Amino acid sequence: MTEIVLPILLPFALIILLVFIRKVNYAKWIGIIGSALIAIVAIYIFINTLNNGVLVLYVGGWKAPYGITLVVDMLSGIMLVVTSFLVLSISIYAYHFIKNNKQFSRFFLFFFALIMGVNGTFVTGDIFNFYVWLEVIMLSSFVLITMGSEKKQLEGGIKYMALNLIASLFFLAGIGLLYGKTGTLNMAHLAKILTNDQQSLFMNTSAMLFFIALGIKAAIFPLFFWLPASYHTANITVTSLFAGILTKVGVYAFIRLFTLFFVQDAYFWHNLLLISAGFTMVIGGMAASIQYDVRRILSYHIISQIGYMIMGLGIYTPLAIAGAIFFTVHNMIAKTNTFLVSGIMNKLKGTFDLKSMGSLLKEQPLLAVLFIIPAFALAGIPPLSGFFAKFILIKSGIEDGHYVIIAIAVLTSLLTLYSMIKIWSEAFLKKQPDDITIPNSKPIRFTVFIPSIMLALGSVLLGVFAASFFDLTMEAARQLMEPSEYINAVLGADVK
Amino acid sequence: MEILLVALIGLLYAGGVYLILRRSLLKFIIGIIFLSNATNLLVFISAGIVHGKPAFVTGGDADPSSMADPLPQALVLTAIVIGFGIVIFTLALKSKFYSVTDKDDSDEIKETDI
Repeated sequence: MTEIVLPILLPFALIILLVFIRKVNYAKWIGIIGSALIAIVAIYIFINTLNNGVLVLYVGGWKAPYGITLVVDMLSGIMLVVTSFLVLSISIYAYHFIKNNKQFSRFFLFFFALIMGVNGTFVTGDIFNFYVWLEVIMLSSFVLITMGSEKKQLEGGIKYMALNLIASLFFLAGIGLLYGKTGTLNMAHLAKILTNDQQSLFMNTSAMLFFIALGIKAAIFPLFFWLPASYHTANITVTSLFAGILTKVGVYAFIRLFTLFFVQDAYFWHNLLLISAGFTMVIGGMAASIQYDVRRILSYHIISQIGYMIMGLGIYTPLAIAGAIFFTVHNMIAKTNTFLVSGIMNKLKGTFDLKSMGSLLKEQPLLAVLFIIPAFALAGIPPLSGFFAKFILIKSGIEDGHYVIIAIAVLTSLLTLYSMIKIWSEAFLKKQPDDITIPNSKPIRFTVFIPSIMLALGSVLLGVFAASFFDLTMEAARQLMEPSEYINAVLGADVK
Repeated sequence: MEILLVALIGLLYAGGVYLILRRSLLKFIIGIIFLSNATNLLVFISAGIVHGKPAFVTGGDADPSSMADPLPQALVLTAIVIGFGIVIFTLALKSKFYSVTDKDDSDEIKETDI
């Protein structure tokens, strides 16, 4: 089972290779080929998990709970595959959208550093190791978000940095207190100790520190302000990458930690999650509807959609967790795609401002189709992926009697639809305003559309084969809700 | 010894929070350094302080309950190294930002907000 270290080692090898590549053009090809390799590895690991259950690797031969353990269960497998799919499409996208100048010459180096960190968080089974991967993600994302060194990017970078630094301090303090109370860092061992622990008040201090840290990472209600202040400033390739992957690492960590070992005092935690999920959905959706910059609309939208995933965790039935995972996957694909399309719109019109765009439907019918698929998927129109994701979540909520949050979720769907229609009517239907002169751009080649077509196909296929994918998420949810399989795979039966 | 360290941690947290609420970006970064040192100390004393008993076993039986726990020390070393890297990066970003915009006041950087 040594293959589960490959999602970390492969990006690392690519980083070392890219240190020596100075030409951006070569780096771009290495980026595409490397991403394809990572995707193959991810699919191989996923198939292995499907056949053999939870995969475990004791790094350096140190048995759990003493050494660092890498664990891949169904949830990690799904996340690895989806992430690598996004990474592949974004690396193709970067071929056209990363300029061949000196400032971007190191783009792919930090791109793969980010991927290494993200894959690391998905496969690790050790809470301190998780922290280290979060720091890897954070440092490489600092570099990526300020790449280009424009005034706005530096300003956005400072805001992004400030709150994320505080988040990582909270996380580390949480680990310190957790270790002080339990004497272990292995997540399976923690689960074994804490599921039998009734001193819930004692654990709540650590859990709250983790909640705040991950809340900042995932951008939930009172903690999301760094996201809309920084995401719209970076290069559009970077923004697409962050939008698809970064906040979802926070969501993954929420699902992992709050199903595996922060299970005491469930009434308090689940209600807290539901309340912040409700506010996240509504405030994100409303803030999106007053914006006129495409990237700002979509950035607020990320926040609104995070609410649905947290809502699934807050309802906390197997069906709801499965819905949250389904929603996360659907959202990663569709959200990234809307950002990719907004980058192409910018390439055509030279702006992200909706007021000075128009006539795109007549000029670029293919682009219109590529926008409408993820937009409808996000709004939840059948037969696209978003409909099934929301359907599962809402069904689970009704079964469990959470009517208020369900009402909020349904109403937020309308807000989503509203802001998508706004982009559609302003950029695609409306006639191009006469007083705006478009900087004459070269006609774009078909290859620019390829990553967007890949992701649109992903949204459609996820909707068409929703039943079989739902079975996978149900299996993942079952593993999460009955952690004994995870614990036994890591620790064996004999560790107390 | 522990009570002294606990008091120090509290002081560092208080100072750090005060500093990150200041308007100057440089003071914000100093505040982050304070907070990260406080957090490192918090992790360090999470296993308690044992005086003069390093965890070296030279053959034979050893009683683990009387020795210092080496794991928090290893964690703190890792966290310190990460902290160094991050502080260097934030200082570099701050100096770049200052050279581009001539601003150090967080009340003046509102361009990317709503």
